[in-house]
Amino acid sequence: MGQRVAVIASGQTNHCSKRADVNIPELIQEAVDRALLQANMTLDDIDAVVIGNMEHFEGINLSDMWASEGAGSVLKPAIKIATGGTTGASVAACAYYHCASGLFDTVLAIGWEKLSESDPTGGIITAFDPIVERLTLAGAVGGLAIEATAYMKTYNVPEEVIALAAVRARKNAKNNPHAHLKLDLTVEQVLSTPYIAYPIHYLDMCPASDGACAVIMASEKRAKDLTTKPAWIDAVVCRHNHAWIGDIFFGKHSTLESAAIEAYKIAGITDPLNELDVIEMYDPASYTLVSWLEYLHLCKLGEGRRLVEEGITSMEGRLPVNPSGGVVSTNPIGATALIRLAEASLQVQGRAEMRQVDGVRRALSSGFGGSYWNEVFILSAK
Amino acid sequence: MDRVAIVGVAQTKFAAAKVDQNYAEIAYEVTQSLFNQTGANYNDVENIVTASSDFWDGRTISSMAVQDAVGAWLKSETKVSSDGTLAVLYAMMRILSGSFGTTLVLAHCKSSEGDPTLIGNAVFDPIYQRQLGIDLVAAGALQARAYMEKYNITQADLAEVVAKNLGNATRNPNAQRAMSITAQEAMQASLVADPLREYDIAPNSDGACAILLAREDLVSKFTDKPVWLSGVGHYQDNYYLGDRDLTDSRALEKAALKAYSMAGITNPRKELDVVELYDTFSYQELLWSEVLGLAERGKGAELLHSGVTKIGGELPINPSGGVLGAHAMFVAGLVRVAEAALQLRGEAGAHQVEGARRALAHGTVGPCGQTHCVWILSKDK
Repeated sequence: MGQRVAVIASGQTNHCSKRADVNIPELIQEAVDRALLQANMTLDDIDAVVIGNMEHFEGINLSDMWASEGAGSVLKPAIKIATGGTTGASVAACAYYHCASGLFDTVLAIGWEKLSESDPTGGIITAFDPIVERLTLAGAVGGLAIEATAYMKTYNVPEEVIALAAVRARKNAKNNPHAHLKLDLTVEQVLSTPYIAYPIHYLDMCPASDGACAVIMASEKRAKDLTTKPAWIDAVVCRHNHAWIGDIFFGKHSTLESAAIEAYKIAGITDPLNELDVIEMYDPASYTLVSWLEYLHLCKLGEGRRLVEEGITSMEGRLPVNPSGGVVSTNPIGATALIRLAEASLQVQGRAEMRQVDGVRRALSSGFGGSYWNEVFILSAK
Repeated sequence: MDRVAIVGVAQTKFAAAKVDQNYAEIAYEVTQSLFNQTGANYNDVENIVTASSDFWDGRTISSMAVQDAVGAWLKSETKVSSDGTLAVLYAMMRILSGSFGTTLVLAHCKSSEGDPTLIGNAVFDPIYQRQLGIDLVAAGALQARAYMEKYNITQADLAEVVAKNLGNATRNPNAQRAMSITAQEAMQASLVADPLREYDIAPNSDGACAILLAREDLVSKFTDKPVWLSGVGHYQDNYYLGDRDLTDSRALEKAALKAYSMAGITNPRKELDVVELYDTFSYQELLWSEVLGLAERGKGAELLHSGVTKIGGELPINPSGGVLGAHAMFVAGLVRVAEAALQLRGEAGAHQVEGARRALAHGTVGPCGQTHCVWILSKDK
């Protein structure tokens, strides 16, 4: 019972603010073609497809229908998964369970979004209860601003540290041909941009991107034939939260912590700072690159700033976080959490080119969304 | 392979507008009903797969509304943004993976909170099709006409489906549109999209459905009447209606063949005892029954007229009244699975098919059935 599952290959579009040259199925097909090319496979080799995005962003209902011809799912088993910011992670988890169940051997996981065709904040606002919460929670940034404020106050973290994380993310993105925001910034420049919602400055926040990501997974029995570089999925853990933002305690990111603890337990990790080689985490705003390190148990509460200030999470550090530039550099929402898994698997496979971290044996990726829920994956070379 | 069984099912009564309940409340109602039947509580639910529609709910991340109702706090919950039959499949995968022993599946929808014409129109691509004003009903009318023309199916044939299913719905306390109506009367109903009249088209419903799945070794904790998941297939077809033969369905045929093969069925017409299929429109019961291999192509109406598919016939189709009796988007497929399970447990009440041991449940999504999922459920392990 329960087969092992590996990531075989992945493909991404070159994410940017507006892809006027392609429609939605064409955008998706770009990522699918690149994944198939990397895997040296054709669509005939794919047993099933899992796809996801958020319908309100493009205004396409049953969006897997139109997408089918770009996704390669015509006359294949296909399922659509959608869970907000976590969509890409939820798509990946669904593809994982396709293989782990023994029902399918090769599965194509696709996440996409074309945010230039919509108003992302307008779309996100509708996640909240229409009677009580919708009027007060302005899209994604509202909840994040509450958490950031609580965090910075509780642990006395200045805006400069948060801005440093934002600067470093955009610098990492310069090594990633798929990244959207590749910028040389200074801390002063970040701090000089307006607050979107205090204490989050414009350049602390993730962009809205057009882009797609495709990941091919295979069961143990096929993975070894299909690649010499499988990135094995050792743990898949999801933790959800209460429905109402008002019920969520912003002093502790319990779903991320709970997911990480469980993932470490499954993967046999006791000292994540030393046993992980790279992290691709879902960082919707730059304060999470400080605060959420603590919930990943890389350090004690309040010590995230030390990891950032001492450069431990920079490209040259002991545990680089988001060599790709992360979500604050690239955010096609339905693809975003799948990109984390794709980037983590590229690192394990030694395929990350300019952004490769040396000698990666074990990687963590995460997805964040909804009412503060999280999904965590652990990947390994063995 | 491990075996997975349905150990409990629950539905709300379906209604045109449940103004006294919000999404979380209809979800809570079925979750509690499920717990009451099985003796389970939230601690027994190891993970949750929901199905709901952002468009129909008017709420992005439509599953967020039901997190507390399903007990998702610090658990794994995920949402299939498609028909409930596919949520059951994903729920089964999670158990077969070895990661979970039980999975709660829940689908909810309140059609009353949206505009079905606009929501249906948004299924069509914004470049070529949407401006035509086409919606899911208009697309169904195109398919109905193509099917009727090809096989000389008449308005009277469609009306017979209506009379049978809405009559069956009078025996189902959860159905929304339950009517003793003759085919003659159904043919007098107002024309909505030629050739489809009012009762040829499923109503828009509010409601929820939940089922609990368990791995074989956990089944006895919850029920002494498990229903075993013994075969499943799901496939997607082309998007543009003009790229498909609307009088047939390659996706449904492949899904059925895979499900039959898994379940060891070679002659579905003889080996199945009851069928619950997703008939958004009257003609679809005839068309889908042909593609499922229950009748030859073009002979679905003959099967109907022979009485085989009525309650008391050799192979009843939609004894619950089917989707013509209640249609909450994405919930309706899960209801087909729940109804099939009730039949195999002998708990279908006034619409019980005597001695049912093997059932087919079918779900579909997309214009004219772009994606299909076919389940075979068994009373015997």
